[in-house]
Amino acid sequence: MAEDFLRQLPGSYAMNYRGHTLAKALHIDIPLLLLLVMLSFVGLFVLYSANGKDLNGIERQASYMLLAYAGMFTAAQFSQLTLQRFATFIYFVSLVLLVAVLLMGVGAKGAQRWLDLPGLPRFQPSELAKLALPLILASYFEHRTLPPRFKHVFWSVILIAVPVFLIGRQPDLGTSLLIGMSGLIVLFVAGIRWRYIFAAIAAGIPALLLMWFFVMRDYQRQRVLTLMNPEADKWGAGWNIIQSTTAIGSGGYSGKGWLQGTQSHLDFLPEGQTDFIIAVFAEEFGFSGVMLLLLLYLLIVARGLWISLQAQTTFGRLLAASITGTFFIYIFVNMGMVSGILPVVGVPLPLVSQGGTSIVTLMAGFGILMAIATEKKKLSH
Amino acid sequence: MADPLTLKDYFLETRIIQSRLLWLLVVILFMTSVLVARYYELQINRHDTFVTLSDANRILTQSVAPTRGLIFDRQGKILAENQPSFSLNIVQERVADLDATLLLLQQLLSLSDKELEKFQQRLQKRRRPYEPVPIRFRLSDEEIAIIAVNEYRLPGVEVKGQLVRHYPYGDLFAHSIGYVGSINVKEQRRINEQGLEKSYEGIYSIGKTGIERIYESLLLGESGAQKVETNARGRVLRVLEQELPEPGDNLTLFLDAELQRIAAEQLKEHRGAIVAIEVDSGGVLAAFSAPAFDPNLFVTGISVKNYAALRDSWKLPLFNRVLQGQYPPGSTIKPMVGLSGLEHHVITPQFTINDPGYYQLPNDERLYRNWKREGHGSNVDLKQAIAESSDTYYYDLAYRLGIDRMSAFLAEFGFGEKTHVDQTSERSGLLPSREWKRKYRQLHWFPGDSLNVGIGQGDMLATPMQLAYATTVVANRGLRIQPRMLNSVNGQQRPAEVAEPLVLQQDENWDVIIDAMEEVVHGRNGTARGIGRGLEYRMAGKTGTAQVVGIKQGEEYDASLLDLQQRDHALFIAFAPIEAPKIAVAVVVENGEAGSTTAAPMARAVIDHYLLQQKTTQALQDSNVAEGQVWQKTF
Repeated sequence: MAEDFLRQLPGSYAMNYRGHTLAKALHIDIPLLLLLVMLSFVGLFVLYSANGKDLNGIERQASYMLLAYAGMFTAAQFSQLTLQRFATFIYFVSLVLLVAVLLMGVGAKGAQRWLDLPGLPRFQPSELAKLALPLILASYFEHRTLPPRFKHVFWSVILIAVPVFLIGRQPDLGTSLLIGMSGLIVLFVAGIRWRYIFAAIAAGIPALLLMWFFVMRDYQRQRVLTLMNPEADKWGAGWNIIQSTTAIGSGGYSGKGWLQGTQSHLDFLPEGQTDFIIAVFAEEFGFSGVMLLLLLYLLIVARGLWISLQAQTTFGRLLAASITGTFFIYIFVNMGMVSGILPVVGVPLPLVSQGGTSIVTLMAGFGILMAIATEKKKLSH
Repeated sequence: MADPLTLKDYFLETRIIQSRLLWLLVVILFMTSVLVARYYELQINRHDTFVTLSDANRILTQSVAPTRGLIFDRQGKILAENQPSFSLNIVQERVADLDATLLLLQQLLSLSDKELEKFQQRLQKRRRPYEPVPIRFRLSDEEIAIIAVNEYRLPGVEVKGQLVRHYPYGDLFAHSIGYVGSINVKEQRRINEQGLEKSYEGIYSIGKTGIERIYESLLLGESGAQKVETNARGRVLRVLEQELPEPGDNLTLFLDAELQRIAAEQLKEHRGAIVAIEVDSGGVLAAFSAPAFDPNLFVTGISVKNYAALRDSWKLPLFNRVLQGQYPPGSTIKPMVGLSGLEHHVITPQFTINDPGYYQLPNDERLYRNWKREGHGSNVDLKQAIAESSDTYYYDLAYRLGIDRMSAFLAEFGFGEKTHVDQTSERSGLLPSREWKRKYRQLHWFPGDSLNVGIGQGDMLATPMQLAYATTVVANRGLRIQPRMLNSVNGQQRPAEVAEPLVLQQDENWDVIIDAMEEVVHGRNGTARGIGRGLEYRMAGKTGTAQVVGIKQGEEYDASLLDLQQRDHALFIAFAPIEAPKIAVAVVVENGEAGSTTAAPMARAVIDHYLLQQKTTQALQDSNVAEGQVWQKTF
């Protein structure tokens, strides 16, 4: 960010230009890349502890990360125009795949999330939808005037609702809500009128009640009830949340030390490598560690918002804002659910939780951010 | 989605987006502060609570069972010890399907229904999580191998080494030491009521009878605890802290294993009891009830078949005749009754009667017969009456003494009440009195009743322990020391319980009675003169032969055994040596017919052994003192 600030000063341009020639050529945003690499290393260190010092697991995760970085570089090469051109196509492909998942998907624990197509590696179409929705919405508003009129709001809500509904049916409540949020962020940044927002909130409360009674499944209701009172089902649904808050709380200010967390190393903490990894981190590095991690995340968010602010097309701005905002929501939902203030929905902690495809999607998103960031500079000079 | 072409106002849109991005930043910062607040709350404000919770998770306090105190005889021989043995245990928390596991174990080891039932009982007991619960004790090598081979099919099933009570002398101390056994529902309730659950954590057996029961609290010891770190599946990873258990107290008894063996050999062919008491301490040297049983059978649960055999035997091996057997004392109480006559001046040592072989109450046709048809002559005095056991003399004495004075005086020797020896299930015998008869028989006292009590018959009953105690009172000339088994706890001597001594108006009356008892053994016509021959010391004794109307235990007689069981009981009491009494003995042989021929030689064998042993020890000590060194070669 400091470099960006310097870059704005008169006379500093030439120096910077020379320094970033290679980066520019490769469409790389250096500050974002550095922050992401730092975060990736933090993630690997925590994961090493969380999966019981298993180096094989770390190697696998590292190779996924390399793949994800490759994805990021690839995504960074697309021009905004190309992205806009393909937005509609990608969106409808993802809808088709989501329908296919419902019809012929595979999965475990009563949820169908994966698609196993011949000739292709197994993948989750919802990952594609994570990028497809912001793309089509940003592209949609690129061609409309802002602030959006009611008609446009209506159509964009339809665009949001379809994938949200399809993913919700898998069921994958967490992803479905997150994708919905990524769409709503586009609407919000596009300047949707406050009265629509308040009306939506006013309508949302009865809608939530209706959902509770008619749409939500038993296990989903159970998760919310567990949040209210984990002790009620101490050995069942409440176990995870009791153990994760215990892990976090017992970390104290400075933590028990790397590899010293008893909750995770003695297997009290379930899902320690995946969704609950922040509890391992909080136990071993304490409040100070959590604050530093949060700071790292916030710096990435800030850089994302800066890119959005600096983008010169509505498409670029909305897309960058949505990708950044969604990234933050991941962090908020994950850290919130593990610490017991949000119901447990399957949301990983970005770049720290173990997992393959979600990291690739995430980094592809950052690649798009970089594409937006670097393209801006081309236009202005 | 077709839309009419509209001109975009670039600057307006930039302003809108910029303002909304600012809003987005505000929302993000707000949400971040919510997270910060939440983590601050958990990690700083409630840190202590969660540290406790996290420790409670991983740190498990396990109880470590103490070793039960050992029991020694007076010579230091071990009477009850703890032997290592392997038991099969189940950790319920690690078993996925308990029923299936039990079924498999049942197939592999043929567990009985009773074992399963006991296991379910133990499972109900309060215990710490992941505490193994035993299902079978004393695994054989073969059984351990079967479990090892099938281990993969039996998660949560483990073989554990532990100490199990063992009684090396087998049936020799079955009744006196008693035995331990699995804690049953009733005992568990008692433990809970007394708030002793903590003391019994990890302990599955409890003293059931005898010394094991009465000194349970001493023998038990105190459970230790160890803090271990476990993972979420309860697997112990390491021991963090350890508080060693405190073993139970070691008890040294007055019992003498060798003397007990002699007593048991004497009673080998009989049913009956022998009690020997050390006169100057009240310590019980031997207390054997025949027949006995092997207490080791009970320790880890006796089989139904074995138990039924013991329970249903007509010889009643489970019955502790020493304390529960109540027999008519017969002529063995004549010394005490005689003393009563002297004390109340009803007779003098010189007083004589004519003994025609029977006695008649004034104005009564009925003849009260002497055991010897022809009687004991025309000048029977007290000494002769005791030595030859003249019933006629005692009919006359009892009639003139009356039940009230007789009963009160006999009570001074402990008849009719428990001796309170440190044993279980003691009975109090029966000392008839006017009040007793009115209360329990709703009848008046008749003079004939007194006559029967005067010769230890009628309703009077005494336990072998009571007879032995009464004998010590005579030997001690009125000094009354409560009989006891426990000599010392961890080497610490226990004081004797001494009651108010029995003081006679004329102290020389003791000599009269003891002289007469000496005459029983050493006199020309003494009823026990048979054992007096070749005796190296002077012994005072009294024979007794009690008529049987069926021993009062409430059992049903087998018709074919009727003859045998209607024979008289043989009794004998004695103490020796007369000049400085050391040991008092009471012998009761059920259906042994004659005290003089059956019971008296048994008493002699016991006393012989004891005094001889004492003499050897004494000689040894003397020679040690003389030479000023310790001899060990002689042993």
